[in-house]
Amino acid sequence: MWSWVLHRITGVAIFFFLLVHILDTALVRVSPEAYNAVIGTYQTPIMGLGEVALVGAIVFHAFNGLRIILIDFWSKGTRYQKAMFYVVIALWVITMLGFTPRHLINVFSH
Amino acid sequence: MSTAVLDEAAPAPTPEVIESFTVTLIVRRYNPEVDEQPKWVDYDVEMFATDRILDALHKIKWEQDGSLTFRRSCAHGICGSDAMRINGRNRLACKTLIKDLDISKPIYVEAIKGLPLEKDLIVDMDPFFESFREVQPFLIPSSKPGAGKERIQSVADRARFDDTTKCILCAACTSSCPIFWTDGQYFGPAAIVNAHRFIFDSRDDAAKVRLDILNDKEGVWRCRTTFNCTDACPRGIQVTQAIAEVKQAIMRGKP
Ligand code: FES
Repeated sequence: MWSWVLHRITGVAIFFFLLVHILDTALVRVSPEAYNAVIGTYQTPIMGLGEVALVGAIVFHAFNGLRIILIDFWSKGTRYQKAMFYVVIALWVITMLGFTPRHLINVFSH
Repeated sequence: MSTAVLDEAAPAPTPEVIESFTVTLIVRRYNPEVDEQPKWVDYDVEMFATDRILDALHKIKWEQDGSLTFRRSCAHGICGSDAMRINGRNRLACKTLIKDLDISKPIYVEAIKGLPLEKDLIVDMDPFFESFREVQPFLIPSSKPGAGKERIQSVADRARFDDTTKCILCAACTSSCPIFWTDGQYFGPAAIVNAHRFIFDSRDDAAKVRLDILNDKEGVWRCRTTFNCTDACPRGIQVTQAIAEVKQAIMRGKP
């Protein structure tokens, strides 16, 4: 249940990110100055924290997506779904432990 | 006559008292003739640890409020009439023991979700049985058995669909499914389980038909593997597993 709820929430969040991302990238066709202005606002610490959330959402969605593929295609998948969920959480924690400190140092050292 | 003599010195044996508890039940009541909205009503009942929620409901109905309405027939987990949401989880009232619940807090009892509420704990089961009927849950053989003979099936072939024969159609699984809550058209786990029971039966020849029916937009592909149905099933059927097997059979084009 919670794996599904998180998968939905992260999925919708990623969708909205992509929407904004396509819009801001498309700005470069409008005028490079406008593009630079918008991208410049992304360099703030608040956006840096937002990026942590974004990466967290993508990493969870990716790992849990693999889990769902295994549930659908591996004959023992449903039996080990709980264990696989804990593995997803563990992999997520490991990835985020690797990413977050490095990223935040970058964000706050500018 | 040594056994019949009462030893004066020994303390009189205390009759064994079985401890009972006051349990608070909060039941979601709804009377369509009076209420606009369902409302939560509390009842205090004296219960033993080995009593079931069904006994508590009986006590309320028989001793406190005769208007409380719920379904039950067998009272032993066979007929599947009394699936309800107990503390937020779908269970059979007749199989939920007081001792397995935390009675320091009130116990919340309400009707199963996703089906139209009729009164108190009773929902309209028609949409549920409609989906069940749609998957043709009966044997469709293409040949007749030899005169005076039975249809032979090996032990292994029988074991293939054993798990899904256990379904009692209580709707605990279907009404625990978040997809079914938002999309009442979805066949739901119970219908798929009962299709599985015949799709994988070696004596049946209409697997193709059923796989076609379930390949629908509202069929097995609606399943998002939330595993709520597997957790809810009072018979312990591996519901999500059965759905996954049907999905694979559709992709393969045969059971
Ligand atoms: S009353 Fe028959 S299953 Fe509970």
